[in-house]
Amino acid sequence: MLIALLVMSILALLLGAVLGFSAIKFRVEGNPLVDKIDAILPQTQCGQCSFPGCKPYATAIAAGEADINRCPPGGEEGIHKLAELLGKEFKPFGEDTAAPKPKSVAVIDENTCIGCTLCIQACPVDAISGAAKQMHTIIEAECTGCELCVPPCPVDCITMVVIRENITTWKFHYPAASLESDANKFITRANR
Amino acid sequence: MRTLYHFNGGVHPPTHKTQSTLSPIAQAGIPSRLVVPLHQHAGNSAKPSVQVGDRVLKGQLFGMPDGSVSSAVHAPTSGTVTAIDMQIVAHPSGLPDLCVTLLPDGKDEWIPRITTDYLTTPSDELRKMLRLAGVVGLGGAVFPSDLKLRPGAQKMKTLVLNGAECEPYITCDDMLMRERADEIVRGAEMMRFMLDAEEVLIGIEDNKPQAIAAMQKAVSDNSFKQMEVIAVPTIYPGGGAKQLIRVLTGIEVAAGVRSTDLGVQCFNVATAYSAHRAIAHGEPLISRIVTVTGNVQHPQNFEVLIGTPINELVALAGARPDTNGHIMGGPMMGVPLPSDRVAVTKATNCIIESSPALFPPPPPALPCIRCTRCVEVCPAELQPQDLYWFAKAKNFGKAQEFNLFDCIECGACSYVCPSNIPLVQYYRFAKSEIWANEREKDAANLARERHEFHLLRIERDKQDKAEKLAQKEKAALAAKAAAAQSNTDTAKAAAQTGAGNDTSAIETLRAQVRETAHPEAGLTKE
Repeated sequence: MLIALLVMSILALLLGAVLGFSAIKFRVEGNPLVDKIDAILPQTQCGQCSFPGCKPYATAIAAGEADINRCPPGGEEGIHKLAELLGKEFKPFGEDTAAPKPKSVAVIDENTCIGCTLCIQACPVDAISGAAKQMHTIIEAECTGCELCVPPCPVDCITMVVIRENITTWKFHYPAASLESDANKFITRANR
Repeated sequence: MRTLYHFNGGVHPPTHKTQSTLSPIAQAGIPSRLVVPLHQHAGNSAKPSVQVGDRVLKGQLFGMPDGSVSSAVHAPTSGTVTAIDMQIVAHPSGLPDLCVTLLPDGKDEWIPRITTDYLTTPSDELRKMLRLAGVVGLGGAVFPSDLKLRPGAQKMKTLVLNGAECEPYITCDDMLMRERADEIVRGAEMMRFMLDAEEVLIGIEDNKPQAIAAMQKAVSDNSFKQMEVIAVPTIYPGGGAKQLIRVLTGIEVAAGVRSTDLGVQCFNVATAYSAHRAIAHGEPLISRIVTVTGNVQHPQNFEVLIGTPINELVALAGARPDTNGHIMGGPMMGVPLPSDRVAVTKATNCIIESSPALFPPPPPALPCIRCTRCVEVCPAELQPQDLYWFAKAKNFGKAQEFNLFDCIECGACSYVCPSNIPLVQYYRFAKSEIWANEREKDAANLARERHEFHLLRIERDKQDKAEKLAQKEKAALAAKAAAAQSNTDTAKAAAQTGAGNDTSAIETLRAQVRETAHPEAGLTKE
């Protein structure tokens, strides 16, 4: 009886020590769910979700403070992914959220730009280069199309241009939709 | 007799090759204009190095290679550059790409051509020359050849020369081997020398006896001891690089492994020919052999300048009026061209004119009955019916798990499918969706990184400012303190001097008082 009690209490102490040690040693920094949600969000940092960037929105979703249907650049596909991750029902875009737009980049009309640097300050990803009283220009490869630079411009010289498909970004269509026009129409099946 | 091996599956479609091998390779000549795309190879587009209005000579650079995986593009004949703009190119998308348009002057005047002896030239130099000559794989993948000739960590044992040409209708390699075998084997020998390979195995399907004989003669004429011409069984897709390596050497190139890591490298016969022309004759890759067949009066092979519009090329073979489309490549893997005005590129091995009689529209696709005939014929040993299932459901992660990217898109599965399902189209769709997702993910990661840095920078600026302000305040405070200190000092000093003055003044006064009160005392004192 005594031995059993002793064994059990030693075991309890030992396991407690192990648990305590691992709680400190293997502590997870931050909330892993936030990172998972953040990985799904498109990182446009546009603030259309009413949060100041994708990470704050991800944090709010993780905390249950925000709906999953507030990110227009992510599109419906993004909502589906978030719903799947969080085990929630798919929710279409609410009425207060802007409709998804085709992906675009900002373009500065360099003849009109007065070099006020207001857009540079507004850009969340530092994709605008320029200096005071110097012409500014957008680094196209780094522009996320968030449109945050458009309202501050005092001379309205920034326009959003939709990115068009080119040879490298072109995608093969889903076969059912384009059965007639595709290559395999010509498969020599008839010659069998 | 060498032991040959087998790969899984394969099909035997009707070859339709005889009609285009009846007459020798003809010269297509100089067309009315040439449209040369700057992106004709795997990797980055060439950077244009000419300007509109420039007069160029045949073989002059149009575009320089840009980045490590890239190749050069040249003027196919002499003439004037009339435009450098976006034009529709030979690509299934029908989208435009950057092209150089050349108006030929008909003189066909060459740049100075330098012949090089590969035996006395360093390998690095040879690779640089091949890169600048725009030599790329002419079997279809158009991968820059100089990169494939870099000796790796692994000792190269076998160089496989691919003359299998398994796809129906196409005969350009066959005719090239029949007529220019000598230059092919010399090119192969140079490649062997550059790779320091032990042997060269030239694989040719046994439905090309004339090509086999010509190549054997060329090898024995040159007395290349390490080179062997091997007839391989005719089966589609026996000309796939992995499949031919399997048949000739028994080596199975696993998923994600490069054949070079296993000591095998593979080149197309036409690539060996072009490499020989580039080094031994100083001629960059400005023309290639193209089979023009299908719904034409005289199916034939032509030596065509890169940039020749398709419509001018097929006119030479006599296109029939009921032609309703143009396929680039063969009937199994080829792609329909968006227009007959697009130009021949380095990847164009064959143009098939199609007609409703030749290629009737396929019957509508029926549901998959999971008969697994596609599994039986798949040369990559995949499960096409599962891949189809996942691609159709847009379950791309699962498709990737089932090794979608090992699919060589040979079309054997679609060919045997009793339900007429366009399987390869589903795989192409899934692949391009996965690539697009990957690109989006990369862009998102870049944006996230830059945004985080942006926040960090703002925070840092704020701190810097706060620090500067604090410093300023501190400095101001210090200055004040110092000022206060010095004030008290001067006050003290002033007080001291004042006090001194006072005492002396008092003394004087006292003395004066004493003097006036007791003049004698003063005198006595004196």
